[in-house]
Amino acid sequence: MFEFLTPHQAILIVVIPLLASPICLIVRHSGIAWLIALVASWISFAIAINLLNQVTTVGPISYLLGNWPAPWGIEYKVDTLSAFVLLFISGISSITLIFARKSVYFEIAEDRIYLFYTMFLLAFAGLLGITITGDAFNLFVFLEISSLSSYVLISLGSSRNALTAAYRYLILGTVGATFYVIGVGLLYQMTGTLNIADLADRMPELSDTKTVLISLGFITVGIGLKLGLFPLHVWLPNAYAYAPSVVTAFLAATATKVAVYVLLRVYFTIFGYQIFNKLVIDELLLVLGLIAVISMSIVAIFQTNIKKLLAYSSVAQVGYMVIGISAVTVTGLTSTILHLFNHALIKGGLFLALAAIFLRIKSVKIDDMAGLGKLMPFTMAAFLMSGLSLIGVPLTVGFISKWYLILATLEKGWWPVAIIVLIGSLLSIVYVWKVIEIAYFRPVPDKSSKIKEAPLSMLIPIWILVTANYYFGIATDYTISSALSAAKELMGVAL
Amino acid sequence: MNLSFEIPGLINYWIVIIFMMIGLYIVISHGNLIKKIVGLNIFQVSVFVLYISISKIDGGSAPILDETIKSYSNPLPHVLILTAIVVGVATTSLGLALIVRIREAFGTVEEDDLLKSERLDD
Repeated sequence: MFEFLTPHQAILIVVIPLLASPICLIVRHSGIAWLIALVASWISFAIAINLLNQVTTVGPISYLLGNWPAPWGIEYKVDTLSAFVLLFISGISSITLIFARKSVYFEIAEDRIYLFYTMFLLAFAGLLGITITGDAFNLFVFLEISSLSSYVLISLGSSRNALTAAYRYLILGTVGATFYVIGVGLLYQMTGTLNIADLADRMPELSDTKTVLISLGFITVGIGLKLGLFPLHVWLPNAYAYAPSVVTAFLAATATKVAVYVLLRVYFTIFGYQIFNKLVIDELLLVLGLIAVISMSIVAIFQTNIKKLLAYSSVAQVGYMVIGISAVTVTGLTSTILHLFNHALIKGGLFLALAAIFLRIKSVKIDDMAGLGKLMPFTMAAFLMSGLSLIGVPLTVGFISKWYLILATLEKGWWPVAIIVLIGSLLSIVYVWKVIEIAYFRPVPDKSSKIKEAPLSMLIPIWILVTANYYFGIATDYTISSALSAAKELMGVAL
Repeated sequence: MNLSFEIPGLINYWIVIIFMMIGLYIVISHGNLIKKIVGLNIFQVSVFVLYISISKIDGGSAPILDETIKSYSNPLPHVLILTAIVVGVATTSLGLALIVRIREAFGTVEEDDLLKSERLDD
């Protein structure tokens, strides 16, 4: 019935949420807006599954916008890496949206809910666009679409601190995006093209020039701001802590991951890994990643606001991804790509469980969680199980990506790095345990004895993510083979 | 020293660098939220000038289809910058809208006072 649309999948995945967004704005009804968002997101998810299947069987897909040939027109390109990232962004968004109905109703004034879904779809479309586009400037446009809408989403948080958090993110996010534009401008000056594949073709003969190296520096700093790379992460904890719970879950699971994807694209597709011989960005990333893992895990231990605790833990987790990149080997990149996917599942599960807790106890302070293990057994069990995955206990997805990261470091002979990664995992035991201890081993205070379990419409999405945490931790073939072939593509190794 | 010859040719780039630094410095150093937005705008405009400078060709005319015009400036960066200007306008308006809300909620737009009130809320 819809066969005529099949060749246009690559554009439809972005255009459907992009067009659904103004429709939400027009209908001005909270329930219908939610339904539109949900349907648009699930359609994108279905297309993403289809695209990944097609890429693994047939090979990369190229879609020319308006049928203009590639270096002149904008090209959308789907290879294993982008199909993989599209899959988990749309998956997380679809699951979060099932959850969102009750949570958003509780946290946002009813006359603004349709605006919330408008912005959510824009952010979603932006993230998909960044992933799928094959044009360096088009990437900037989508980056700004997703950023501007996420500033709005963050500012919708119930406390007034959400406004200042959104403002600070706006300033730093815009500086970051502008740095990226400067980098792209310098590349255009040298090559005369903006198409990523075309840039990659022309790069080898230019990689000695200062302009190209400077543009690499600008892009690294710009995207570093977006992904919360230590020490450019200062906007992140407050933005995550004061945003509405659903937004935190969605952004934590997808936005920083997409920024890591951009970094991979720029380093390995445009510049090629040989660029690290000319500019020692890999060593810089290694050092920053290691500092992030240790310092941010320690900072997380001392937080009393659980949302902030998990936000700092996210910065530490970005550290692991960056260490994987800095190895510049197939194993290292595999660990980074696996961790993109796995961390989306982990943090999605944790933040959604936290959103359910917030719905019931109206707080995310650690002291208010006393006795929750008895009061909300299913939600807390989900939190505990995702927490185990965050630590990296065997049989969870967290274990798989850390295992590959340690393999990558040992392959390079960096045993001190491997030790620091293990210390980081030990520190994460401390901060996860802190929550578990209070929730399970403190008696139920009198005032909270009436608290009920979270509603089923929240428990189901949470448990889908928790189950995925264990399913992909045990049946690892699908994720590892996708990540491995994506890493091989990036390193230019024959499949 | 052929410096005296190089500076006029690269004057656009020198101006870009100076404005970029001024803009970035305002964003970092000023505590007033509106001034930060002003700084951000200066920073962004410097990038627009960078792009437009890249596209300029000595003696080139505007890119118009005409038999008398043999060399013309590259129009693509102009188009890109039109997009970037739109993005800049959106960012500025969103930033100012947030400032209005911040002023309503906190009664101030000074960073120092905001930090104090935020800590009290926490």
